[in-house]
Amino acid sequence: MPTLDHYLVLSAALFAIGTAGVFIRRNLITILLSIEIMLNAVNLTFVVFGRALGAVDGQIIVFFVITVAAAEAAVGLALVIGLFRHRESLNPDSFASLKW
Amino acid sequence: MVLFYLFGATAVVASLLVIAQRNPIYSVLLLIASFGALSGLYVLLDAPFLAVIQIIVYAGAIMVLFLFVVMLLNAPHEDTDYDERLRGAEGPGAISTRSGSMRFGALLAAALIVELVWALTEGEGEAGLFPGESVSSVRAIGRSLFTDYALAFEVTSVLILVAMVGAVLLARRDVPAARGGVM
Repeated sequence: MPTLDHYLVLSAALFAIGTAGVFIRRNLITILLSIEIMLNAVNLTFVVFGRALGAVDGQIIVFFVITVAAAEAAVGLALVIGLFRHRESLNPDSFASLKW
Repeated sequence: MVLFYLFGATAVVASLLVIAQRNPIYSVLLLIASFGALSGLYVLLDAPFLAVIQIIVYAGAIMVLFLFVVMLLNAPHEDTDYDERLRGAEGPGAISTRSGSMRFGALLAAALIVELVWALTEGEGEAGLFPGESVSSVRAIGRSLFTDYALAFEVTSVLILVAMVGAVLLARRDVPAARGGVM
């Protein structure tokens, strides 16, 4: 049987992959996808700890995280569309007008 | 155990390929595969409700939203003409900053995973075998959701409304004021 540690290591690996994606990629859509990977890693942690503690609260928190992720994806993609209309690019380095 | 390694390996490999792909459409499709593997892990963890929610909401709704946007924006690859012009204008410096940020990102991710695994293995306490009984029936989830978490549930509905209005407002084209646009 896989133990708690197995799941936590898997979750850590997924979170690190998401972090690497945010830093490495230069495409706004891929960065949003990496954020989704990180959210899912955290979701897995919540479910695993809920299972280990024998409570449903972990699953309910995951339910709320999924809702917030949906809202974040909708607003984030709307922003991406707006930015793309302005600059014809998805490279975050091209939106540096406010950079000091 | 076999299923855990199968689903876990699928999730990790698919996520890595999401990061490695240059075409955003492939990234989105691979992320759906990763979410499917995670939903299998939820089933293994006695959370069938979340597994179904994961498929319906994440893979079914959010990823389709991403796919719509990728296709709406005509799926520009990472190295578009704009980037080429930018790189040509700034000379080799731009390339070196890009590879520098890439090395920094990879280093940061490696440090993060080493630190997390170290924290997990160094921790005190018994490495948890899960308790035999599981409480996570859909009935228990629903009861807890509509009693203990009722306020959070209602606030979530307001959040979704706000997000919907905000997305429509941000993504629509500017209406000329002469035509009676509110903005």
